[in-house]
Amino acid sequence: MNLAELQKNLLAAARANPPSDDVPYAFEQRIMAQLAAKPAFDLLATWNRTLWRAAVPCVAVTLLLGAWSRFAHRADSPRETLAADLESSLYQPFDNSAETW
Amino acid sequence: MPNSAIVERTDAELIAAVLAGDTASFEPLLKKYQPRVFATARRYARRESEVEDIVQEVFLKAFHKLHSFRGDAPFEHWLMRLAVRTCYDFLRAHQRNRETAFADFTDQTTDWLDHFAADPANASDNAAAARELVEAVLAQLSPSARMVITLLEIEDRSVKEVAALTGWSVPVVKIRAFRARAQMRKCLEKLAGGKYL
Repeated sequence: MNLAELQKNLLAAARANPPSDDVPYAFEQRIMAQLAAKPAFDLLATWNRTLWRAAVPCVAVTLLLGAWSRFAHRADSPRETLAADLESSLYQPFDNSAETW
Repeated sequence: MPNSAIVERTDAELIAAVLAGDTASFEPLLKKYQPRVFATARRYARRESEVEDIVQEVFLKAFHKLHSFRGDAPFEHWLMRLAVRTCYDFLRAHQRNRETAFADFTDQTTDWLDHFAADPANASDNAAAARELVEAVLAQLSPSARMVITLLEIEDRSVKEVAALTGWSVPVVKIRAFRARAQMRKCLEKLAGGKYL
């Protein structure tokens, strides 16, 4: 049997017999009813959406805080000053002991 | 004097209304295009319940993705792209071994094959028999092969059109078409081989 010829004949037969385009009765009403119905609550999808929405502000806040902590110290006081300030605050009661007692 | 209530709105007007929140405006679009979507779905699914499921999914997707329709091409093209891709997803989801043996064919199909084997040039023009054979062969192809054979060979579309409908590139369509034809030949060989080769 000539398979190439058979293939050609079968494809020609399929071309000559397109499928029907009949629509079941009131099919559009079924779709419209589905569209009108309230979508079911999907907990997982909602959680997923919330996480994605929260991701952007979280990243923005992290970046802002990072930038602030880096540049704020550099601008007004070096690390040594901060340590000295902490030390003087701690020793403040002992430094002024004469006045207290 | 024309009645304003029965003046048909264009697709663009209906789409704009749906996007503005008027869900009911989707119904005329649905009525207009459902025969085409049904015909497309029937090329890939055999059972009527499967066909209805596919068409329903196409229109629900169309409704929910309507905001992504840019309007550069006709709505029908956009919808048919959606329909073809949904059919492809259906084929992939229902991919199973549907191997048909020669003995499974009806008498008229085996008669048609007998006539064809004896005299290919004068084989009787039995549409039902040929359709049964085509169905059996297409059911054995891989989803991409079935898709490309249907669009290229049966619907007679160009490679560019197939690429636009499926979302594959032109070279991918050409490669898949080449492989699909070979796969189809192999299926025919397997189907008829036992008796005629």
